[in-house]
Amino acid sequence: MVKSWFNKILPSLGKQHKEEKKSPVPQGLWQTCSNCKEILYGPDLEANMYVCPNCGHHIRIGARHRISYLIDHDEYKEISSELKTKDWLSFTDTKKYKERLSDAKTNIDETEALISVHGKLNDKDVVLSVFEFRFLGGSMGSVVGQKFVDAVEFAIEKSCPFICVATSGGARMQESLFSLFQMSRTSAALNKLKSKKLPFISVLTDPIYGGVAASLAMLGDINIAEPKAQVGFAGPRVIEDTVRVKLPEGFQRSEFLLKHGMIDMIVQRSHMKDKISGLISKLHTG
Amino acid sequence: MAYTYLEFEKPISDLENKIESLRDNKDNDESVHQEISSLSDKIENLTKEIYEGLSIWQKVQVARHPHRPHFSDYIENIFTDFDELHGDRLFGDDQAIIGGLAKFKGNPVVIIGHEKGKSTEDKISRNFGMSQPEGYRKASRLMKLAEDFSLPIITFIDTPGAYPGIESEERGMSEAIAKNLSIMSGLKVPIIVIITGEGGSGGALAIGVGDHISMLQYSIYSVASPEACASIVWRDNSKAQEAAEAMKLDAKNLLDFGLIDNVIDEPLGGAHRDTKKASSLIAKEIDDNLKRLKEIGIDELIEKRYQKIMSYGSIQK
Ligand SMILES: [Zn+2]
Repeated sequence: MVKSWFNKILPSLGKQHKEEKKSPVPQGLWQTCSNCKEILYGPDLEANMYVCPNCGHHIRIGARHRISYLIDHDEYKEISSELKTKDWLSFTDTKKYKERLSDAKTNIDETEALISVHGKLNDKDVVLSVFEFRFLGGSMGSVVGQKFVDAVEFAIEKSCPFICVATSGGARMQESLFSLFQMSRTSAALNKLKSKKLPFISVLTDPIYGGVAASLAMLGDINIAEPKAQVGFAGPRVIEDTVRVKLPEGFQRSEFLLKHGMIDMIVQRSHMKDKISGLISKLHTG
Repeated sequence: MAYTYLEFEKPISDLENKIESLRDNKDNDESVHQEISSLSDKIENLTKEIYEGLSIWQKVQVARHPHRPHFSDYIENIFTDFDELHGDRLFGDDQAIIGGLAKFKGNPVVIIGHEKGKSTEDKISRNFGMSQPEGYRKASRLMKLAEDFSLPIITFIDTPGAYPGIESEERGMSEAIAKNLSIMSGLKVPIIVIITGEGGSGGALAIGVGDHISMLQYSIYSVASPEACASIVWRDNSKAQEAAEAMKLDAKNLLDFGLIDNVIDEPLGGAHRDTKKASSLIAKEIDDNLKRLKEIGIDELIEKRYQKIMSYGSIQK
């Protein structure tokens, strides 16, 4: 068992990933905050980790940015980066799934909606998986599930903590039941991690819905959310259509989740790395 | 409830009506008897023909047939001495999921399943088989009970999906489903899963992780209901038929993909035409696999289950 996954990730281990960051936010010297409408100076915004200096709004950022904010010197080795989807269903809606995949690859220059890496966080060995929302809405198909499981297995092998930063629309419709079963797959892997007494820190970022919320994202030993992240099982539109009442203010936001006992804490982006580091130092003393 | 026929069952219903009117006929002579018998043969052949050629969308309709047997029917016909156990010990008792202790061929088991309800009143109290978090938490409580007393678990899946509501979110629907997936992957007793009608999304999977997964011949199982998939992918929920075809959500396709372990044949014309027969076919499936799974040591059983869960994926080798 251990051997089979190890062989799978071995080829990519030698590859050191350190490239220029592709900006997930609109480029240009001046940008408008989507929340307070303040016009912001691009370099200031970048220096502030894409948190609006005026209102504190946490702007959505891409996976590589996330990694650079959490991993020391942005130096890491990628796990299972070469995996490719096999479109067993030959799924076609208004467009072929295969085309959707290749378009996403071209547009954002990532191969899938999850990146798994091994690196250091404040000098501690960690394995980190980060969802890329711009890749088909961060949806979880077979490759995302596999990369997640490989990352967990790698953390078990290295006996180090596992962190996941999630942002996802949910399961990937185009893989139907293959995709649904990634929920049980990722959850089973996390159950194994727990049996090895290795901590899983789940970081919830805007937005997380459906199959990703209802599996790996809510299974953290510690669940941490960024401020005002929207996290839920069913989307607000679906709920409104079902119950036919207006949803309360702040519904499914981090603060709502905290109030209802679903997360441990809300942490600002700028404090996230140190907070995770502190938690790990208490849960993982080995 | 008046008997409802699906659109494609109309030719069958026409013949059945003919027989009815012949039976009503007072002069009950030999020729009438003969005609009835020949019509009955015709019905059998026609039903066979229609059901052998069902499209995926027609199978969706059979899976949702108003007369399709429910979990409560299977409890009655497959098990004895059922003691329903209520409540999640945290908030409430969700009637969209039923569970409890029962005997299967004389041996105690824990059974858990979705129940859509029969009468209008019953349907409403069971929320049409759409559970809130309490239902999944009741299920996990009963699974733990099964583990504590070394009883095998058999689950029956028939739900359009988990209930999308404000309270569901407040009480942590995501956490309730996720927790079940995690628990079931490591539970130290055999788990047999049978999809009997609709296997809709995470709401189905939340009681669907196990050692042996079977589907009734005309049941369906998918990442989202055809309507939800159509609304997400096509942005048009009238495209449900296209979505169903694209998701290849019928038992035969899913068996070919290796996502389920077996298809249980249904009686001629679907389970709704013969609940007793359907029940006995399911009972045989449970019996065969319980015997097999009980032979496997617990550590090996859990390792095999883990490998099974890990095997699901559509990845280029
Ligand atoms: Zn702002």
